[in-house]
Amino acid sequence: MYFQPLTLSEAVRDAQNNGVQVLAGGTDFYPSHGDVLPDFPILDISRVPEISGIERTETGWRIGAMTSWTDVIKADLPPAFDGLKAAAREVGSLQIQNLGTVAGNLCNASPAADGVPPLLTLDAEIEIIGLRGVRKIPLKNFLKGPRSTDLSSGEIVSAIHIPAVDGVVSRFSKLGSRKYLVISIAMVAVLLRVENGAIAEARVAVGACSPVATRLTGLEADLFGARDISGIVKSQHLSTLSPIDDVRGSSDYRLDVVVPLIERALQAALETA
Amino acid sequence: MMDGANVPMIKFHLNGADVSVAAAAGERLSASLREKCGAKDVKIGCNAGDCGACSVLVDGNVVCACLMSTAQTEGRSVETVSQLRNSDEGDALAAAFQNHGAAQCGICTPGMIVSAVAWMRSGEGTVEDALGGVLCRCTGYRKILDAVNEAARGGGPTLTGTGKVGTSIQRLDGAAKVAGIEKFGDDIAGMDVATVYVIRSPYPRASFKFGDIEGFSNLFDGVLTVLSAKNVKGRNCFGVIPPFADQPVFAVGETRFKGEAVAAVVGTPDFISRFKDTDFPIEWNILPDVGTPEEAMKFGAPELHSGRTNNVMIKGFVECGDSAEALNDAAQVVSGRFETGFVEHAYIEPEAGFADIVDGRVEIHACTQAPVMDLESLMEILGLERGQIRIVPTGVGGGFGSKLDITVQPYLALAALAVGGPVRIAYSRSESMQSTTKRHPAKMTVQIGADSEGNLCGMRFDGIFNTGAYASWGPTVANRVPVHASGPYVFKNYRAEAVGVHTHCPPSGAFRGFGVPQAAIAQEVLFDELAAKCEMDPLDFRVQNALTNGMATVCGQIFEEGVGIGACFEALRVHWNEALDEMKNFNTASQELRRGVGLAAGWYGCGNTSLPNPSTIKSGVLANGKIVLHQGAMDIGQGANTVITQIFAEALGADVYEIELVGADTDLTPDAGKTSASRQTFVSGNAARLSGLALRAEILRLCNLDSAVAQISVGDGFITVADGSALNRISLSDLPADEDGYVLRAEKSYDPPTKPLDQNGQGVPYAQFGYAAHLAVVDVDMRLGTVTAVRLVAAHDVGRAINPMLVEGQVHGGIAQGLGMALMEEYIPGRTENLHDYLIPTIGDIPPIETVIVEESDAHGPYGAKGLGEHVLIPTAPALINAINRAADVQIRQVPVTPARLRAKILESQND
Repeated sequence: MYFQPLTLSEAVRDAQNNGVQVLAGGTDFYPSHGDVLPDFPILDISRVPEISGIERTETGWRIGAMTSWTDVIKADLPPAFDGLKAAAREVGSLQIQNLGTVAGNLCNASPAADGVPPLLTLDAEIEIIGLRGVRKIPLKNFLKGPRSTDLSSGEIVSAIHIPAVDGVVSRFSKLGSRKYLVISIAMVAVLLRVENGAIAEARVAVGACSPVATRLTGLEADLFGARDISGIVKSQHLSTLSPIDDVRGSSDYRLDVVVPLIERALQAALETA
Repeated sequence: MMDGANVPMIKFHLNGADVSVAAAAGERLSASLREKCGAKDVKIGCNAGDCGACSVLVDGNVVCACLMSTAQTEGRSVETVSQLRNSDEGDALAAAFQNHGAAQCGICTPGMIVSAVAWMRSGEGTVEDALGGVLCRCTGYRKILDAVNEAARGGGPTLTGTGKVGTSIQRLDGAAKVAGIEKFGDDIAGMDVATVYVIRSPYPRASFKFGDIEGFSNLFDGVLTVLSAKNVKGRNCFGVIPPFADQPVFAVGETRFKGEAVAAVVGTPDFISRFKDTDFPIEWNILPDVGTPEEAMKFGAPELHSGRTNNVMIKGFVECGDSAEALNDAAQVVSGRFETGFVEHAYIEPEAGFADIVDGRVEIHACTQAPVMDLESLMEILGLERGQIRIVPTGVGGGFGSKLDITVQPYLALAALAVGGPVRIAYSRSESMQSTTKRHPAKMTVQIGADSEGNLCGMRFDGIFNTGAYASWGPTVANRVPVHASGPYVFKNYRAEAVGVHTHCPPSGAFRGFGVPQAAIAQEVLFDELAAKCEMDPLDFRVQNALTNGMATVCGQIFEEGVGIGACFEALRVHWNEALDEMKNFNTASQELRRGVGLAAGWYGCGNTSLPNPSTIKSGVLANGKIVLHQGAMDIGQGANTVITQIFAEALGADVYEIELVGADTDLTPDAGKTSASRQTFVSGNAARLSGLALRAEILRLCNLDSAVAQISVGDGFITVADGSALNRISLSDLPADEDGYVLRAEKSYDPPTKPLDQNGQGVPYAQFGYAAHLAVVDVDMRLGTVTAVRLVAAHDVGRAINPMLVEGQVHGGIAQGLGMALMEEYIPGRTENLHDYLIPTIGDIPPIETVIVEESDAHGPYGAKGLGEHVLIPTAPALINAINRAADVQIRQVPVTPARLRAKILESQND
């Protein structure tokens, strides 16, 4: 069975089929199912007009679920999105950026998902649609763990909402073992409001260092009023991180390098503010 | 599972034409394009978006066709390289790729050209960003960057080499590669050909019992037959070195590594595309395995092959002088224990092929580096006579040693015989990575000493090489390593032993350098430490101890000419001095980012070690005047088709462009041996030279000429011989033609002169060595542990560069693989069986490379030429490690130097 609905309501209807799996950009869908043809019903949402593109809303921005990384890179967005755009440019390759969607990156729920740290610093909310209508949930609550989200059977993600945030700068940095087509060892997103050379508001998120990427709220609080970054990140700021050992790096290594990654991202943001 | 009753037709525009495809639910665009639209120019390397070989344009945007559902292309435009090749951009790219040698094997070329066209049209971003999604394993990317940049500038000059030996010309087989029409292993089969799927062990070691195979076959209409060991009529055993042959086509009773074949299902393409291993009736019983040589050699460890006590397969040994006494008396001694991991060849073309029964014979069309060895193995396995088998190699999308061993061939042959007709197979990426050979992991303990004047006085090398479940080329590695572990230096006291040990890991086999790159890491890194102890400049130290003409190697072999390592070092001197200054200046101003510079050398004996190793090349003149070269030396991207033809034409005294090539085919070309051991330019090149000389003698005889300068050229039914102002015209129609249609012919062989090694490894292992020295400049991020290669300079003594452009191509490609081995590549069985967990360098990871060609003529090489294919990788990793050690003040002992490993070393060094 292959469903290719042309409206959102049709998509919701098709999503009720038992065992259906959503296909959007395909960049996680195909690798995760191996070389064999799928033997389950597929819901291809690529032709649903209501979930494409990025639009301004009364309270901020709405990124439709079919919005690709390339769409994000090409969109005219304020500096708060610079971190997300930088993450988009680091996703796999142009081939992946042209197909893969931001929402799909979230639904795939990899601890190393490139989109999550910048979207956490943007206080993103996920719009979910099902038979009972539309609900919104903060991204940090949407992601439950590795490969696990708050989506119930019969629901699909329809959009990502970003509340308007002006007068800020943002940065993203990713550490990998090669230049392109690389899964993060660790990554950092920062968003700063700087007033008179001092940090007035800081949001810092770290990815690939815990089951779900996370904001460092203790560090964010300690950054208030700071003008100089060097040495500001302390080990207690990282207490919520619990990185694993894997082929890309050890747990100790991740905890060690996340400090310079954060410091450098903060420094770069501070310099452009 | 099926919804065959209601397959929708997907309509889209393919290369400008309307097409309509009956795509299965969720069918990938790459599958539809190749199997339903015949667009075989779309290559499949991974089916996961990791390699970019299947890149196509959809509505002008570059995407991986393997990640897109065909249904998503409804009403859209899809363009592949065969269409884009004819655009203005494609035309400029094709020309530039040919002029720069940017296509070697050609398997990534369609993806590269498609991506480059998209970049040229968009004008957005950097060329590296545009091509970053396409992996190339052959070129090292720099020639691709040069070509794409040149095409974007509107093109550049066409290579104008005459083709004489020493001139750069375009690859003679390049046009098909840049047009995407070269046929690789999976490009031969037509539609609806029966497909072979191999059932493999999911465990390193397990016993197994088949269930109801007959019931399984009857249950599914799509199953044509099931093959297992009982279908092997000949010997269920193969191996590249006959005395060590130990690998079954299908395991019997127990498997020895994860991914080992136990059975094969032959089915309709539709059935196989949906088939899951879990549907196959087999019961597994997991058994304890040994994953490392240490475990395998322990008392009581399971023995993989009876008679190989303690799982030791073989020991290689070389000794001269008294290394123990010399090390004891040395003024300075350095030592270290070095470790390297499995390295995967990661060619972009997984093993694939097609077979058919033609006139009662089995014909195999598959990618291979060794067609005649394939044929000999199949004779044994199938129990057939030589004349009943024909091997027709397809294009080879990279090999690097792994496609020397048979892989798909027996499954194809057995399946074709069983169904009595055409069959095909293509390994998936994970299947290729699990089941084919790897570079041997090594653990090496090394001690090297020098006297008070900085002269090397003694060395001891003890290496344990994990040869995996089966012998493959393990004996070659064990024998080559002790001969080469000294590096190209003078040691009067030397003792080296290499032990090959079986484990329940994938078989380790041949990979560019046969163990020498691992040994070179230990030796060259310790040399830097020894030079420092002797308070000598590392380059001066190496020059002082380098082999020269007339000095004995550790095997007691003396070359009176052609020892080019000293010249390689001298070629690097100016670069070395510059780089040292640059490093000092850089580091004065930088703390977190530190620059380092490193040197290393390498040598490599060309051809088999002390064993016969002949090549035969046939040539002839047809009655219509055409000169034909039967060139059986497999071109796997390195350029044999071009180099061998240039040598032949030079010897014949004819224009290279007038030679017609007949490619490798066991029915048509005599045995030119295997493409391995850097032997084709040297050995097959010599056979081509002799064949050209013999044909020339025949031609000159017809005009009663004895001239060294006469030029031969072809005409329509005649050939002309121009000797100064005299022009001789030979009409060919009166000459009797042989059964092949030749009125003149020559077939000549060459076998390099070697002598056996005695029990201490003393003798004449190789007729020639090639030499190399690399200089690497790196930046180390001290807080992250990351390494950025800044540039490399590579000096290579090739004796005579037959085609300098192809020499550079080999150097670049070898450096890219050496850099991968040094910094990122480590195959972990069961864990990194794909190209996103197993990382090879991308276009953003290879720095500018300057190649310095050194020509110290060899006594035996054709026109003085030496082999090169493996030398290019050997010095790279140790040069990079020496640069890293200098930049970060660390002592690296393990590759790959991942960021995590380097950071740990930096912390260790800072805490000392």
